[in-house]
Formats: sequence, structure tokens, C-alpha cells
Amino acid sequence: MTKIGLEIHCQLTKLESKLFCSCKANYREFEANHNICPVCMGLPGSLPRLNQKAVESATSIALALTCDTPEKIAFFRKNYFYPDLPKNFQITQLNVYGDMSVGGEGYVSVEDKKIKIRRIQLEEDPGRIIYEGASERTKITLVDYNRAGTPLVEIVTDPDFESPRQVRVFLNILSDLLENLGVAEPGLEGAMRADGNVSIEGGNKVEIKNIGSFHDLEKALHFEITRQQSLFERDIEIAQETRHWDDRRKITVSSRSKEEDQDYRYFLENDIPWVTIDQSTRDRLKENMPESISSKKERYIQKFDIAPQVADIIASDRYYSKLFENAYSDHNAKDIANLITTDVIGFIDTKEKQQNSKITSRHLSDLVDAINSKTITRNSAKVALQEIMKSGKDTKEVLDEMDLGQVSDSSEIDTIISQIFEEEKQAVIDAKERPETVNFLVGKVMQKTKGKADPVKTLELIKSKLNQ
Amino acid sequence: MNLNTSILKYIEDVKSGTFTVEEFAAETLQRIKDVDSDVHAYLSLNDSALNDAKLIDQKISSGDKIGQCYGFPISIKDNICITGTKTTCASKILENFIAPYTATVINRLQDEDAVITGKTNLDEFAMGLTTEFSAFGPTKNPWNLDYVPGGSSGGSAASVAANECLASLGSDTGGSVRNPASFCSVVGLKPTYGLISRYGLISYANSIEQIGPMTKTVKDSAFLLNIIAGQDANDDTTINNDNVNYLENIEDGIEGKKIGIIKEMTTSEGLSSEVSIATKDAIGDFESLGASCEEVTLPTIPYTVAAYYTITSTEAGSNLARYDNIRYGYELESEGYEYNSYISKSRAKFGPEVTRRIILGGFVPSAGHAGKYFLKALKVKSKLISEINKAFEKFDYLISPTAPVQPFKFGEKIDDPVTLMLLDYNTVTANLTGKPAISVPYRVINGLPIGMQIMANSLNEKSLFQSAYALESKTNLPEVPL
Ligand SMILES: [Zn+2]
Repeated sequence: MTKIGLEIHCQLTKLESKLFCSCKANYREFEANHNICPVCMGLPGSLPRLNQKAVESATSIALALTCDTPEKIAFFRKNYFYPDLPKNFQITQLNVYGDMSVGGEGYVSVEDKKIKIRRIQLEEDPGRIIYEGASERTKITLVDYNRAGTPLVEIVTDPDFESPRQVRVFLNILSDLLENLGVAEPGLEGAMRADGNVSIEGGNKVEIKNIGSFHDLEKALHFEITRQQSLFERDIEIAQETRHWDDRRKITVSSRSKEEDQDYRYFLENDIPWVTIDQSTRDRLKENMPESISSKKERYIQKFDIAPQVADIIASDRYYSKLFENAYSDHNAKDIANLITTDVIGFIDTKEKQQNSKITSRHLSDLVDAINSKTITRNSAKVALQEIMKSGKDTKEVLDEMDLGQVSDSSEIDTIISQIFEEEKQAVIDAKERPETVNFLVGKVMQKTKGKADPVKTLELIKSKLNQ
Repeated sequence: MNLNTSILKYIEDVKSGTFTVEEFAAETLQRIKDVDSDVHAYLSLNDSALNDAKLIDQKISSGDKIGQCYGFPISIKDNICITGTKTTCASKILENFIAPYTATVINRLQDEDAVITGKTNLDEFAMGLTTEFSAFGPTKNPWNLDYVPGGSSGGSAASVAANECLASLGSDTGGSVRNPASFCSVVGLKPTYGLISRYGLISYANSIEQIGPMTKTVKDSAFLLNIIAGQDANDDTTINNDNVNYLENIEDGIEGKKIGIIKEMTTSEGLSSEVSIATKDAIGDFESLGASCEEVTLPTIPYTVAAYYTITSTEAGSNLARYDNIRYGYELESEGYEYNSYISKSRAKFGPEVTRRIILGGFVPSAGHAGKYFLKALKVKSKLISEINKAFEKFDYLISPTAPVQPFKFGEKIDDPVTLMLLDYNTVTANLTGKPAISVPYRVINGLPIGMQIMANSLNEKSLFQSAYALESKTNLPEVPL
């Protein structure tokens, strides 16, 4: 059986400042080495000042993932030399001497399977190394410390995944959860990273590092499973090792450096006193936590009788659920939910489009009300939506400007039907013989009215005309 | 003008117009010029000291609000940062490091109108007990230039003893304030861990070290602590001291107090007969002041020096890892090196004692060895803490000589690291337990000083000063022959 475990790193980009100084947590807008200070540069004599909000955000994540949260947490130094590490040690957490990190054991349900979370740690992100130069020989290494000290949460799972597909579903659930909590923006480049470890039946565990995106992770896992299986089939031992994902060649490569043998000489970071997270703090965090995706979904289903797939789509996405939450009233909730999943999602399917769209909850409720009162047809609503997203104009204004008001006046529809009967003689004969072909004529009427005719009324009128 | 005066007397004299701030500063700078080529207490001088003094005189004459220091001259150990000035830690590796920020203690002193004379010598990165490990040459003991001043804050102690300033700030990781205070006959305080902000103090062993005042009198020590103690937003380990006034009731005496004489520190093999005799005299003095003295044993003490070096080396190995010459440091062409060879080349500038401790610090907490060394040292530390807390249930103070011996000649012990380490035997307990301890000048025998150490329970500095003041009033010491 294939076993896959994950080590996920997620930046707490929603925080104002870094983990131990007042430089910005959102370092992305700065020129290289312009978001730094003596603390995050580890200058001699500087001391870390713990960002208490980061502890709270990390604890919220632990609580949301149902992890145990110890009453007292501590920080440790992980000692190793690397150019992106200003102090040549990283301030992180450790559970070797007891539960001292923000989160202990928890789980995430993935399609009826519980994936166990082993621990959650709060730590600082290192800086970024940039390689420049044309060839291997002229290569120079630059370091940008803007990122150094950014609050980072490490989430480690047990090797509970059985397939790369399950990993993908889990990561989607997790990133939705982190975004929903309002602590992270997993969509930002480099804000959420994952390393994996893979073992197949009868083989050793192999760690895979240096994976750029979730998409690559899935590829790397697939590659690694295939590689291990082919070794196994040829009776070659699968070595326990760390392998790096080679993004260019799309394969995993054995690491030259023996990272697994590195001795980090962990010990307590005494510059940061133990932090107490008492019951009242945990209660407050829980209280202020946004409703979880699963409970949101449950509520949509129970209260509004929304179909489970529709509820799932809306609850999992902060943008859609916000649109929905602010639009619905008890009588039209289901219709608004359906409008979002059938039409809105089709137009706004990326984060970028979400940001650019001018649609508001008010638009949605107005449109649904218009449909329900038969002022417009569903088709017209779809046309109107597109315009609203672009212009953000009032619903009524758009309907008027585009002349989308429904034609429900019988005589007007009758006139159009007469024209169609003239133009489509064969179809009229067909419809008389085989009533199931009547929809062709309805479609013609809709075409002629640009979808504005009330389809129910149109059908009624055509039927009665056919019987004449 | 008498430069051998206390801060408090100086302030009185400035207030009464006996001399101006500038006059005293000029005289002090002249003294530095006259004697420091011999003593070598200073690594660098503050070029604007005289100007700073002038500005304070102007404030006084114009009736402006004046800080409580009235411009008294103070020197600063060169491991404490001041914006725009070199902070070298007496190391080649930081020879040209100019701090871009100022330590909290310095800000507090400058806010109260102290005048900084300059930065004083130390053993490289505060690792040593004689200043012989300074990369820029040793400091001499003003009592006898052939003798070591103690360390690592030897420059600070010597600058005060030689009247090259009225006070100094040192740092104390295992006795680095108290040991040179004892060797140079000045008052040296290692406060409760967390009482003084370490922001701007370049870390050696951050879990146990503190900045401490070095002064001519116990009252001056209390005066300085009033200014520099207290919580600091830049140091999460600082604790609230409720703004205690340490000078208040300092003359209350110690009548009826209980004093424990630490057996392990007063009967150890390494104790010299002079120090032993002085200790007996001190016990007599405490009793004549109305305190009751009784021997107390802390059985873990024989293990403390080993634990101390294990813990400090571990932390030093980590704290000094940042000196890789990549972000700051000294000129060293990187062409032709890859990362690992470059940093080992650049780190070769560390001196022998620092190198020794970094190597030790790479070993004792490493996988496979931590259980035998580092974790065991932490056990010694926690055992010692429970022993000393138990002792303080019974005693108000615990006493011992500060150092087991008097100052010795240069070169006498530098090649024998283990003997040198034993000099810490009486002082490391206060660091490992976080308790406050003070060294009070007590005797000068054969022209060389001896200091007595008093320890008190955490945050009991006020009571500690009362006992130190009482003991000080029993002494009558000669002036420094320089
Ligand atoms: Zn910073």
C-alpha cells in the first residue's frame, strides 16, 4: 500500500508584522532588502520580540484542525548554516521534550477518511536566495532578506494518504480552511508550500523536497511512486533518503547533501519566554473564529434545503459564501445559491476575476427577485450578470438599458408565434404529429425575443395554436 | 579636582557649583590620556564627550530640566551597542562593526544626561576572566600593572578603579562584572535575570547573562540601577520591578538578618589563605552589624562550573553563528570560495578562547552527546535552583568571597583553561539561578584587592544593597596607587 505524508508550510500573510519584529509580514511589495531591520537581520545585540497575534493566528489554525493545544508553548533554535538564515539558526518549535508547539494531534476529514495531523508549529521563514548569471561558471548568488522572519506555520501529517489525488483533495480543503479562517492567502505565490514523503509496501520512506507548487507536488508524488514501484519489481532496495524535485526535468533526484543526517542541536530559545495560552484565550479565539466550512455547508443544507453539491461549492469559497451570505433572505436563499453555482461561477472562476468583478450581493438578490416575479427570464438574468460584473451598475438600470424585461403580454407573444408559424411550416407539421418536437418552436420564439418571452406562457400559447 | 569621587558626591558638587560638568569631563579625559596607555581600559573614546558635557552645563545654567545624572562620566563595555559607534566585542570579527541602534540601557542613561566617555576592553565576546583574550591586548590592573584586572569586564572595572570615569556598565554571564570588580576593588552588581534590558547587549549566553553597574560605592550602584532597571518592550525577558527606589532606606542596616555562609565556596581547595582570612573577617563584620551567620551547604555547587561551561558554550555556539561575514563584518574577498569554505575562512578570525567554546558548543548539545552533557547541565541548573530557593527560605543572604584568589600576574593562568575556569566557582551560581549578587570591595592585602560576594533572592536587590552598604561601611580601603 502506498503511504504519503505531508509537511505543509503556510505564511500568515494576513498579519501586519513579522514574527519577531515590526517589519511587514507582507514582504512582496518591497524592493530587495528593503523590508528588514536589526532584528530580522539578526544583527548583534538585537533580540526577538514575539508577535502575539501570530501566536493567536497559529492557535486558531490548530483549533480549526481540532488539534490539542497546550497551555504553554515554547520556541527552540534549529541551528544550521545557510545564507538565507541571518542568525544561522531558525527560531521554530519542537515537541521532542513534550507538547510545546501551538498544536498537537488533530485531523482533517477527506472523503470519509481521517487524515491525522501530527503537529503544528509556528516558526520564521528564512530569506530568499536568488541565483543569477548566465552559466554555472558565472553564477552569482544573491540573498533577499525581505522574507526573513515572516510568520510561518508548519503542519505535519501522518503518512495517511493513499494516493496523490487524495493529497490534492486534502490540500484544497486545507487551503480553503486557512483562507476561510482569515489568517492566510494560500493563493499568493509561495505563501503555501508542501513537501511530501512516500513509501510503498515493503519499502523505506523517501522525503521529497524543493517542490514549487501543489501541481508539482502531485506530479512529484506520481513520479516517486512509479520510481519506487519499478525498483521494487526489480528487487532493488528503496533507500531511505531525501530527494529533490527537479522542476526542469520533472523527476526526483537524490540529494547530495545529507540533510537527514544534519544535527540541528535544538535547544530552547531563551530570548522568548514561555507563552501561556489559557482557556479563556482559546475560548475567545474559538468564538471569534469564522464559521467552519463544514458547519456552513451543513447550515445551508439544513436551513435552506440547498443541494449538498451546491452548498459545498459555496461554503468552501470565501468569495462565493460572502456573496451568498449577504444576498439571501429566507425566501430566496436556494435560488441565489443556484444562481451562483450555475451562472456566477462560470464567469468568475479565478481569484483574479473575483477581485475584478463588480458584482455585489445586492445585484444577486435583485436578479433573483426579478426572475421570481417573472420580470425577466433566467436567460436574461445570465446576460445581465455579465454586464453587471463589468460595470457594477444597478440591476434595474442594466435590465432597462439592455431591454431585458420579460415579454409576458400574451398578445405580443401571440404575434411572434404567428410569424414563426409562417416561417417554420414544416416544424409546425412535425409538432402536430410528434408533440415532443414542440420545443423547437419554443426555442425559435425565445430566439426572436432574445430570451425575453416567458417560456411557460410561450409553450401554452404554441400548444393552443397547434390545436386550432 | 579629585576624580576619585562617587557619583552622588559629584552630583552634589555640580549642583553647588564646585565645578562644572565640562571641567570634570575635561579632567577625566586628561586622566584617560595620562594613564590609559598603561592601563588600556578603553578600546575607543567618545569624541563628543566634552561637547556633551558642555551642553549639560548650558542646560543647568539656563534652568532647563536636567536629567538626574548631571553629566557624570561613565564608560561602557564594548559589547553594548551605541548608534554610530564601533562595538567590537574585542574581536577581530567585529573590528569595524558600527551599530545601527542603541542599547536600552544607553538610551536610559543618555535620557538622564550621563556623559559616555568611551567603550571599554573585555575578553573577546566576554569569554574569559582576565581580559587576556581581548583581540586588542589586555587591560592592566590599576592596583599593580603586572597583574590581571579580572574579566571579562576588566576594562570597565579598571576604568572605574583608575579614575578614568565614575562608573561603568559591564555584563555578567558567569561573574564577568563581579570578578573584575573584586580584582580592581570596585562595586559590581549582577542583578536578577530580567531586571535590566539586554536589548543592545551582544549575546554570549543569553539565558543567564545580565548587564550590571560597576561603581566606586554601593550607593552609586543603587543609583545607577534606579536608572537602567525595569521592563523594556524590546526585550521580552525583562520583568516588572514596580519602579523600586533602590537608594531608599539603603542605610537601614541588617540587624536581625540571617546570613548563610556557603560552605562549598568558603572551604574549596582553590581558596587562597588571604581570601580565606578576609572571609572570616567579613563574617565577623556581618555579626557585629547584628546579623546572624550560619554555614549552609548547596551540594550541587561542585558541578556548577561544568554545567556553566556546557550551557554557555551551547548558547555561544548558536549566538556566534551569525558571524559569517556575509551581511556585515570585515573585508574578505569572496571570489574563489563556495559558501562553506568562505564562512570557515572568515570565522578563522575568532580568537582561541572563543574558538574553544564554539567547538565545545558544537559538541555538547549534539545528537548522541546532549544526554551526557547539555541535558545533564540543565538538570544541574534546575537542581541548583531548587537548592538555592530552599536556602532562601531560611536566609536573607548567602555570602562567599567573590573570587577564590586575588589577582594574579599576566600569563600565569592563560595556558591552563581548566584552572582559569575555576575562578568562576563562586560566581556562576548567581547566573545559573538568576539570583542577584553583588561584589563589595573588602580588603587590599599585599597591594591587591579582595571582594566579598553577597547573594539575595530574586528581585531583592533593595535588601541586597542594604547588606552591601552595611559591609562597605565597615571597610577602610587605601586609594589606588596610580
Ligand atoms: Zn525586521
